[in-house]
Amino acid sequence: MASTAVPPLKEKPKPGPPHAAGRFGEYGGRYVPETLMAALNELEQAYAAASADPVFRAELDDLLHNFAGRPTPLYFASRLTEQLGGAKIYLKREDLLHTGAHKINNALGQGLLARRMGKRRIIAETGAGQHGVATATVCALLGMDCIVYMGEDDIRRQELNVLRMRLLGAEVRPVTSGSRTLKDAVNEALRDWVTNVRDTYYILGSALGPHPYPTMVRDFHRVIGIELRQQMLEREGRLPDAILACVGGGSNAIGAFHAFLDDPAVRLIGVEAGGRGKSLGDHAARFEGGVPGVLQGTYSYVLQDEDGQVALTHSVSAGLDYATVGPEHAALHDNGRASYVSADDAHVLEAVVRLSQAEGILPALESAHAVAECLRIAPQMPRHAILVVNLSGRGDKDMGILARELKIAGAEPLSGR
Amino acid sequence: MPIRFPQHPGLVVYLTAGDNGLYADAAQIRPGDLAVTREIALAAIDAGADVIELGVPFSDPMADGPVIQRASERALRAGTRLQHVLNLAAELRAARPAAGIILFSYLNPILRYGMSRFADAAAESGADGVLLTDMIVEEAGDYLAEMRRTGLNPVFLAAPTSPDARLQAIAEHSAGFIYAISRTGITGKQQQLAADAAALVERIRRWTQLPIAVGFGISNADHVAQVGQFADAAVIGSAIVELIERSTPATAPGEVSRFIKGLRQPSGAGPGMQREQSARR
Ligand SMILES: Cc1ncc(COP(=O)(O)O)c(C=O)c1O
Repeated sequence: MASTAVPPLKEKPKPGPPHAAGRFGEYGGRYVPETLMAALNELEQAYAAASADPVFRAELDDLLHNFAGRPTPLYFASRLTEQLGGAKIYLKREDLLHTGAHKINNALGQGLLARRMGKRRIIAETGAGQHGVATATVCALLGMDCIVYMGEDDIRRQELNVLRMRLLGAEVRPVTSGSRTLKDAVNEALRDWVTNVRDTYYILGSALGPHPYPTMVRDFHRVIGIELRQQMLEREGRLPDAILACVGGGSNAIGAFHAFLDDPAVRLIGVEAGGRGKSLGDHAARFEGGVPGVLQGTYSYVLQDEDGQVALTHSVSAGLDYATVGPEHAALHDNGRASYVSADDAHVLEAVVRLSQAEGILPALESAHAVAECLRIAPQMPRHAILVVNLSGRGDKDMGILARELKIAGAEPLSGR
Repeated sequence: MPIRFPQHPGLVVYLTAGDNGLYADAAQIRPGDLAVTREIALAAIDAGADVIELGVPFSDPMADGPVIQRASERALRAGTRLQHVLNLAAELRAARPAAGIILFSYLNPILRYGMSRFADAAAESGADGVLLTDMIVEEAGDYLAEMRRTGLNPVFLAAPTSPDARLQAIAEHSAGFIYAISRTGITGKQQQLAADAAALVERIRRWTQLPIAVGFGISNADHVAQVGQFADAAVIGSAIVELIERSTPATAPGEVSRFIKGLRQPSGAGPGMQREQSARR
């Protein structure tokens, strides 16, 4: 399946004139088995009603504040700034949220929505385990049943999060099909949903999948950018010059970007997983090696071979190791409002050490992709420029991988880089 | 061509194209050689299948259960490509002019091939129609235009969860036949036919004169007989794919033939029934 060189296409594959619902430019839409259509329509209507309901909004805001810990700080990384000698670097501290990543914003929103819809059986997919932990947490909070699908490879590399989910009362179901990572967990969650659609709510963990998920998940994360904008105006009296965020499915990035879409002076930069090389199968940089196509219900960029078979992916971070990307990012890529780059595994590991030792902040491997790009571009920017990194999560979950990759053993001090 | 079901109930047989089962010797099979699927399909037609659905293997078959997932993985590992499936359709058309042939696929391989190019190639192969698992009527503008242009029948799925307004739209846009999904869920065998199915077929009939085939979970002659009481045809998928999985390339055509003949003998004495029972033990 993983042939290496894919010849350029003469014509962009296109599924047809966009149906109005859930499109971002030409991307998005709904490409699902018919069995799910009634559920997606029900979800769309329930979400519209909930968004317009001040009681729903108030309860969510209260939980975001008192349970999850919003607003998150905007932290000026003075030592890192000094070391790099360029732009002023700020970190939006989503890593400080309850459960350790931005994922709780969306899990709380959808959990409340599921309760409002009378659904008590919750399913979710997870890659790095952060969305699974967030969903298991919300299910414990709201007293709902929770089943989390997770690829066998990811279960191995994010074992700590598996244990957390189980402690929280969730059932973690290993997925052994395909590449045994996030994509396959989404397939399995969709299969469960098709089968149990009448009583089950699927809390999808990123801004992808069929409409209304990309819009709804983005809305639940918009708070990141809204806070960031206000905090930045208070601190600096102006907007930042650039915002960096890692892009797996794209939820933390779209949450950070969205409040700035109409401010063309603010550069929006998404960072994908460059993995271990440029060949198909060695990375998850959809905007470098992908072609528009349909996977898991949405039309977006997909890493695939010449036959439209979805390619394997690789990344040191389970949360970015995914063959397609949320459709709103595809639109922002094509219309040029955001730009997308990649950071490879080696630079990401270096970024973890650098941020840990410069600022005392251990970032998640996913978030460290954005940090790596910051390390690259901040020195090239003038001192008066302002660069924000959306630090989507913390790295405690990654200690097993980090110990192995960085050869941390015993009490030997790790030399700074 | 219109799809015809001369016998009642009609039989639609799904095959994952390029799957040679568990026991095929990979060294014996050239990539893209779909001879095993061809022999099985011919045997199925001769045993009474009215329509063959040729499944294009896909890396991410999200609507399929484990049996068809495994078959898709084997077919891809054997090097099966969309072009090979189109070639196979042409061979079947030449060999059995009266059989119905449907190309059955997820959307992405078709998109990558090019929708318009695919429609031309499918029509040229002599296939009668196309079924795209993850294409819903709302998104089907281009697809339907291409089907009309090339005279192919677009077959849509109807689900027990589809409200009447959706069934009406599905009926309006379908041609050839309508594929009614017997229950919520993915493909796979089951013991009992869901009560959902009869009610769904009744609701679809309000909007169409087209034949209605019922599929998902149908695995024995009793199921087929039950479907015959309210629908025009039964679709057999996983049960046959599983039979092929357990057979060798040499024995698969004969096994499939016997199984299909047994499906039209609901008395409980058919060889298909015995096979099912022994398989369950
Ligand atoms: C900390 C963290 N950041 C980012 C991601 C990637 O997801 P997204 O692109 O939806 O933000 C994950 C996913 O697991 C994560 O755990």
